[in-house]
Amino acid sequence: MSTPAIEILGLTKDFPVGFWRKRMRRSLDNLTFQVEEGEVFGFLGPNGAGKTTTMKLLMGLIFPTSGTARVRGRSIDDVQMHREIGYLPEQPYFYDYLTARELLDYYARFSNYSKAERRERVGRFLERVGLAAAGNVQLRKFSKGMLQRAGIAQAILHDPAVVILDEPMSGLDPVGRREVRDIILDLKKQGRTVFFSTHILSDAEMLCDRVAVLAGGKLQGVGAPGEIVSMKAHAMEILFEAREGRALPAALAKNATRIGGRCRVEVPEEALYGALEQLRNCEARILSVSPVHPTLEDYFFRLVGSPATSRGLEEISR
Amino acid sequence: MNATVGPVAINTFREAVRDRVLYNLVLFALLMIGAAILVGEISIGIERLVIINLGLSAISIFGLVMAIFIGVGLVYKEIEKRTLYSLLAKPIRRWQFLVGKFAGLLLTLGVNTIFMTLGLAAALVYVGGHFVRSDASILVAIYFILLEFALVTALAMFFSCFSSPMLSTLFTLGIYITGVFADDIHGIGEFTKNPAVLAITRTLYYLVPNFHNFNAIDTVAHGGAIPFSLVWQNTLYAALYIALLLVAGSAVFSGRNLK
Ligand SMILES: Nc1ncnc2c1ncn2[C@@H]1O[C@H](COP(=O)(O)OP(=O)(O)OP(=O)(O)O)[C@@H](O)[C@H]1O
Ligand SMILES: [Mg+2]
Repeated sequence: MSTPAIEILGLTKDFPVGFWRKRMRRSLDNLTFQVEEGEVFGFLGPNGAGKTTTMKLLMGLIFPTSGTARVRGRSIDDVQMHREIGYLPEQPYFYDYLTARELLDYYARFSNYSKAERRERVGRFLERVGLAAAGNVQLRKFSKGMLQRAGIAQAILHDPAVVILDEPMSGLDPVGRREVRDIILDLKKQGRTVFFSTHILSDAEMLCDRVAVLAGGKLQGVGAPGEIVSMKAHAMEILFEAREGRALPAALAKNATRIGGRCRVEVPEEALYGALEQLRNCEARILSVSPVHPTLEDYFFRLVGSPATSRGLEEISR
Repeated sequence: MNATVGPVAINTFREAVRDRVLYNLVLFALLMIGAAILVGEISIGIERLVIINLGLSAISIFGLVMAIFIGVGLVYKEIEKRTLYSLLAKPIRRWQFLVGKFAGLLLTLGVNTIFMTLGLAAALVYVGGHFVRSDASILVAIYFILLEFALVTALAMFFSCFSSPMLSTLFTLGIYITGVFADDIHGIGEFTKNPAVLAITRTLYYLVPNFHNFNAIDTVAHGGAIPFSLVWQNTLYAALYIALLLVAGSAVFSGRNLK
């Protein structure tokens, strides 16, 4: 077995809170999982779950209370590890007095490229993230989405084997999101490992080999998106048009929601035929019948509602 | 090492230039022109004294203000704006970042001082018609001023590794002023012979950098020479003090959680 791309071993992080910073709050609790080489790995969790904290720990921007992590077998304390790693911070911000081209050139200097190589590379990556036309514009004149694109460019500029992206899709328009998805798939094709956090569950379902779900600083599950949530449909959705002047049966009318002239009702799978029968009796026009798949989204909502997730918010004493 | 420190220094210099920091030179130029014309009018044989005194004092004050106010923000701004996040993701150690920032501001101050020195030289030629032999020691005085900038920058940066710009400014200014009067404070202590006062003044005297030794403005304005021993003493003193501050600053900063 090859060494995992990212190995997280019992990472725990307490942040001091309060004016005197005497009390501590646990933001990350004994987190352990690994991301395999070549995987696209999604990191999911509600706001405040600890996703950014985990990534900052990996990048050495903050230091763990306990636990360690390794990237490609190297300790995160080892600066040389950063040669093989690219990082997009959450809501990135850059030197706003530089142009996008100058910024990328600056970062490329830390990778020992020759001047000609830097130029070629910077041009290529500006193109890649759709900033070719804005290369000579100062970053202070950049929109949020443009900054995000510049951030992605600097994260992958040096062909890192492991790319860590903190909410790469945030602030992007639909085209931009699509482009980032393509970049991630491209990186995967090149055999690179991508570890990214997101709130956009459809992106995670579409892109990821595996996902980890975090809530309240605790790991809730790791696995293929389909494994995490059972793909079995629990309910069926019926869309129909009621016939004018005909009342709906009470059981259906109670659950139906009216949208314009149409009605939508969700029934348990086993009650489907009964409901259809009732609709036929009142001469309703059936528009569609479709299974309601539990998605990551549902899984998410269940998580947020469960008491386990708020546990991380309790304060612990030093 | 220079593969990482160099780019940071250059970028810091570039930031200062693009933030129009060098515009202070316009003010300096106006000051020198005004003084030269005024002194030329009066012409009572102390033109050189006045111009040298005024010029060197202005070089020193302009630079000190820059060293303190830019110095306390060097690290803080990068943390606050989070520009540091993507930089530290590159193969660069935190101490290299600090040294790069330090070198970058020093480069800015150096370039600024070169231009001011040229301005001072022009004013001297204007009032005196030519240079005299003792003018060479003006350059030594300017070298001391540069050493002073480096020390103050290191102080400002050191404090900003763990406190806000506001507090760092206060600390740096406080130490600078104490350091300028270090000899006097020492003298007061010895004079009172009160053991408590003595303990405080002696501690201050040995702890705080002695900026008095870096001030050669009066000497050179009066055409005096600066002993060579003072040159290497000051150089060594400043280098040691700066190294200490950088090491201490790095130690603090390297263990710090970025917000
Ligand atoms: N510097 C800090 N000081 C104190 N608490 C912090 C700090 N950084 C993060 N936290 C706390 O840690 C918890 C996790 O925050 P984190 O930013 O990692 O969440 P996240 O999963 O990235 O959320 P989001 O989806 O909103 O980005 C939060 O409760 C937050 O308040
Ligand atoms: Mg986050």
